[in-house]
Amino acid sequence: MSFEKLKCALATLAEQGIDALLIVDTEHAVTGTDLEVTVLPENVTAAGRILYQANYTLEAITGIDWLTQGRIEIVYDYTCFVSGKRVTVRTFVGREQPQLPTLSGVYPGADWHERETHDFFGVLFSGHPDLTPLLLPEDADFHPLRKDFTG
Amino acid sequence: MTIEGTTIHRETFVINLGPQHPATHGVLRIKLTMDGEYIVDAEPVIGYGHRMHEKMGENRSYTKFLPNTGRIDYACALSNGHAYVCAVERLAGILVPERAEFLRVITTELNRIASHLLWAGAFLVDLGGFTPLLYTFDDREAILDLLESVTGARLTFCYFRFGGVCNDIDEDFIEGTRRFIARMRSRMPMYHSLITHNVIFRGRCEGIGEIPAETCRRYGATGPVLRGSGVSYDVRKAEPYSAYPLFDFDVPVYHGGDCLARYLVRLDEIVESMRIIEQAIARLPEGPVMAEKVPRTLKPAEGQCYFNVESARGNFGVRLVSDGSDTAYRLKLRSPSFSNFSLFRECSRGSLLPDALALLGSLDLVIPEIDR
Repeated sequence: MSFEKLKCALATLAEQGIDALLIVDTEHAVTGTDLEVTVLPENVTAAGRILYQANYTLEAITGIDWLTQGRIEIVYDYTCFVSGKRVTVRTFVGREQPQLPTLSGVYPGADWHERETHDFFGVLFSGHPDLTPLLLPEDADFHPLRKDFTG
Repeated sequence: MTIEGTTIHRETFVINLGPQHPATHGVLRIKLTMDGEYIVDAEPVIGYGHRMHEKMGENRSYTKFLPNTGRIDYACALSNGHAYVCAVERLAGILVPERAEFLRVITTELNRIASHLLWAGAFLVDLGGFTPLLYTFDDREAILDLLESVTGARLTFCYFRFGGVCNDIDEDFIEGTRRFIARMRSRMPMYHSLITHNVIFRGRCEGIGEIPAETCRRYGATGPVLRGSGVSYDVRKAEPYSAYPLFDFDVPVYHGGDCLARYLVRLDEIVESMRIIEQAIARLPEGPVMAEKVPRTLKPAEGQCYFNVESARGNFGVRLVSDGSDTAYRLKLRSPSFSNFSLFRECSRGSLLPDALALLGSLDLVIPEIDR
């Protein structure tokens, strides 16, 4: 799949509404990524499937807690071993009950990244096979990367 | 299971590998479900060395976090520092003098060779051969002495600064590096006859621990693990950074996908790193090693960026979110060992326990880097 075709496929998922239409070509030398796509939480799996078919690999999943906005941003970093292109997929979930579907059905590598994101931010990935703490102690009930976390 | 009317009970048992075990090279635990000598399931339990580096990156200034980067992957510390300073420089718009970029490349490649030598020795110990470790550590020692003379540290380097490096190299360093490369070149045939052509080593590695290229892609494995599975992907080529585009070097690729292929990739990478260092020394430009007018309190503009480098273990990435203050709003560290290790459960299934340990060793894991 060419990069242009991939963009068209992802554009159908790109969300309108929050922060306007969000599929943006970015300059690699400035942001370190070639394409930024913002999708609705329920579409992260569909976006992952498109990128999987386009021969991309999932590099990392992480969160960013926007305390003042009351939401958590989930960032998916993809890269292609052949073209070296990089695609960043973003989505936003509410801070109170952050929940979105798992990507581990598409990329098995997502399993650990999602567990880590659950550890640090308390984000629930529905459909995940085993969302037990990965890096934190097994009885951990705190989420240290939330901005209102106090030691 | 029923064969011709008789019922055979498959009996499995659980054994615990680690968290303190010589083959795990750090505090790593694997819960093994065994059927005799064969692995039914291997569940990794990680996090024993977790220090929450990402939180530390968010509650101290950019400069104060710098020493942390040397403590994430202790075997190739300079690569991590490289990714971090480059990410901050990208956001803050700092231009690095050419000489500093050359010095970064020279020291990082020396560090890569040291890391691969450490791995080669430790991997052979995993397989039951103790002698090569003594040779590889001898060569690694020469690198550590060189790096100590310029960075002041032997392992947890903190040599890079925002805008350059903290110390210029002198004639002794250049002379010492030349001597090391000449010596290392003469040692390579010895390593090949001592290890590569060893019958027992071949028996433990050839066709063992095979990882298909597709599995690497599904798990996000990079570095020598990926290149040993026939995929020519190296961040230094795919997304050229620092002074790497100026140098002529190859990306070693082997198609076996087994432990031997990963071993051969790393040995070839030592040779390629030496090529890069030689070119960098020969063409080292004069000039300052620090950018002028880097503010004491660094406040990058509000925004986000991602920076990836090729560490000795693969694609190391730093995602940085700045809110315009002197502290990062969010710092994500993408470590290669984390992704490389996540495929272990799938790839070890059905293999003999000793073969799984060979696979584990060939992944070149640095546990503090997985746990961060």
